[in-house]
Amino acid sequence: MRSKSVVTLSGISALALYSSMAVGSKYNFPEPQSVIAREIYDQHIMLMWVCLAIFIAVFGVMFYSILKHRKSLGYKAANFHHSTAVEFIWTIIPCIILIVMAYPATKTVIAMKDTSSPDMTIKATGYQWMWGYDYLQGEGEGISFYSKLSTPPAQVENKAPKGENYLLEVDNRVVVPVGKKVRIILTANDVIHAWWVPALGIKQDAVPGFIRDTWFTADKPGVYRGQCAELCGKDHGFMPIVVEVMEAGEYSKWAAAQLNASAVKTSMHVENK
Amino acid sequence: MAAVHGDAHGHGHDDHHPSGIMRWVRTTNHKDIGTMYLWFSFTMFLVGGFLAMGIRAELYQPGIQILEPELFNQFTTLHGLIMVFGAIMPAFVGFANWQVPLMIGAPDMAFARMNNWSFWLLPVAGTLLVSSFFVPGGAAAGGWTFYPPLSVQGGLGVDLMIFSVHILGASSIMGSINIITTILNMRAPGMTLMKMPMFVWTWLITAYLLVLVMPVLAGVVTMLLTDRHFGTSFFNAAGGGDPVMFQHIFWFFGHPEVYIMILPAFGIVSEIIPTFSRKPLFGYSSMVYATASIAILSCVVWAHHMFTAGMPTVGQLFFMYATMLIAVPTGVKVFNWTATMWRGSMSFETPMLFAIGFIFLFVIGGFSGVICAIVPIDIQVQDTYYVIAHFHYVLVSGALFSLFAGVYYWLPKWTGHMYSETLGKAHFWLSMFFFNLTFFVQHFLGLAGMPRRIPDYNIQFADFNMISSIGAFGFGLTQLLFLYIVINCIRGGEKAPQMPWDGATTLEWTHLPSPAPYHSFETPPVVK
Repeated sequence: MRSKSVVTLSGISALALYSSMAVGSKYNFPEPQSVIAREIYDQHIMLMWVCLAIFIAVFGVMFYSILKHRKSLGYKAANFHHSTAVEFIWTIIPCIILIVMAYPATKTVIAMKDTSSPDMTIKATGYQWMWGYDYLQGEGEGISFYSKLSTPPAQVENKAPKGENYLLEVDNRVVVPVGKKVRIILTANDVIHAWWVPALGIKQDAVPGFIRDTWFTADKPGVYRGQCAELCGKDHGFMPIVVEVMEAGEYSKWAAAQLNASAVKTSMHVENK
Repeated sequence: MAAVHGDAHGHGHDDHHPSGIMRWVRTTNHKDIGTMYLWFSFTMFLVGGFLAMGIRAELYQPGIQILEPELFNQFTTLHGLIMVFGAIMPAFVGFANWQVPLMIGAPDMAFARMNNWSFWLLPVAGTLLVSSFFVPGGAAAGGWTFYPPLSVQGGLGVDLMIFSVHILGASSIMGSINIITTILNMRAPGMTLMKMPMFVWTWLITAYLLVLVMPVLAGVVTMLLTDRHFGTSFFNAAGGGDPVMFQHIFWFFGHPEVYIMILPAFGIVSEIIPTFSRKPLFGYSSMVYATASIAILSCVVWAHHMFTAGMPTVGQLFFMYATMLIAVPTGVKVFNWTATMWRGSMSFETPMLFAIGFIFLFVIGGFSGVICAIVPIDIQVQDTYYVIAHFHYVLVSGALFSLFAGVYYWLPKWTGHMYSETLGKAHFWLSMFFFNLTFFVQHFLGLAGMPRRIPDYNIQFADFNMISSIGAFGFGLTQLLFLYIVINCIRGGEKAPQMPWDGATTLEWTHLPSPAPYHSFETPPVVK
């Protein structure tokens, strides 16, 4: 009786622990900001519950046995060593659990891979060690810039105090409008990099000589930060990705200003010739 | 059991071999070679552990303190290569050398001379790897998976690594052929395949996996070598190649490789749990089938390491389903171990503690494995600390804990002395505590968005990194205690009886004295 209450108690405390973890983002994925990120978040929570249930069932049995079936308590060993029925059941049950897990995952995979009919397309190119962006289609078409780490080296060398966005800040952010389907086309100039923004639920390798694509639709305005997620050499840890999501009106102003600035640059270039 | 090891020689156990250093250089004795494998792997474990301490020291705080980014990448790369190829794999081969002949009642390995050669390749390969730190440009810095084009950029260190991998591969293939031949041809009369101890079964299957995939690894590193020096373009898009093809070939080796490192661990645990439960292994035949299914499935799941590399939808779905399926035979194993313990008469000596610790932590690693198998979630956690946590749960608390369990279990048979039970238990509890301190928090780091292989990080990751580093230093120091326990046990201690564990049933306990004589089973025992 006593060990039963021990098992129950430990189960309840584990549940409490996990629910408290689900609250603070420190113990979980960042708050999802797109449909896909939300699905990933929810599936992860669901899987954690399934795993926890199996964990408690299996180790409940095992620790009960460890407590009770001891030589030091004078427990005499039984001598059974197989049971086809039991073995059949515990092969079938995991199969059913896996099917339940695979069904929502399959739907999300199909949705993630559907990069068709985007509202705008941006090409991201990985360089050692920064990102280049070209707005290829949609509002802002023609915008093109590089995006580099803007954290001062003094902070990295511990000569200055580190800011809140230490290593997650860039000189030029990727700006996109809220609620629009943005297709990101990826490639790389030298080695493989990976473009990852956790809050938007996307990560895709950028492979030199090949084109890959992915997409997101941001739910609300804000600044979302990520990092290169494929080892790309010395400064792999120093090429962050910052996406700024704006309301449609603000975005139009930003895009116009960018295009205007590059037009001025081009005309000056022509006059100088 | 004098009749078995043949007292016809009449002059002790240490007959017929040269003494001094030449005994070890020229030996063809499976016990000597097994011992050398184990000492070699422990040495490499300390070297790889030193590199891990360097990594964790740099990550103790945000900012760059002791390792510049390039050197940091060399540390992570060599830590992985040394631990996988230098520490874990040779340790299991060492166990196979010692235990396979003893457990099947054979006098030695089938190809004794080749056995010597496959061991002596290892120090050469290990020296090449470690010395690459001191060549111009330093050691390889492209990660233990050395993806091109990054690994094409590296210097001489990468070439040394490639040659080292070639040599290690040759050694593994020879060792595997030896193990397969020994198991298939040299079993004692009456020991049918389905009567073999589980450890022997798991090694038979592992050896087949090794023979299957090591040549693939040798091929892919050779292609990398020719891309680097002889103008080929296997992995260079500008010349018609594809960098992602490297990943497919590498992981076709790499995924079976992780099962190569865990199947013998299953074998060791499947010996220990019944012994200390004083009850036969539950579901022996389903254990054999589960091991074989894991091995077969492990060959068709490789691209789950590449879900972010860009693959067609059907490709992602296939590899997700196949990967999830592996959970079924793995689950069967865990259920069988639990059922073996159920209504046993258990005692908790150090080997049993490590075996239970293995099951407990390996299951956590298995759960995070299933979570990583789900493509949408893997997209988030791929190449983050979540993955680091996952594979250390299966490789450290999986493979390494089972190795510790096996060492404590068989030390009495190998040395003729009992190890210190008190210190052994201390080693277990300290390892358990510090291991979890190091790696459990890394799950949270990965979920919160910390990529792996970075020397510096945002301040939001600072607390968990500090906890993890403290745990790592503790775990590293604890392993010196293990060294002390083993040396003490070799040098003396309480005399071990022939059968120090009540529930043991395999031939080395039932037929051989402790320590096992230098030549054993010259006349094969008869198994009923």
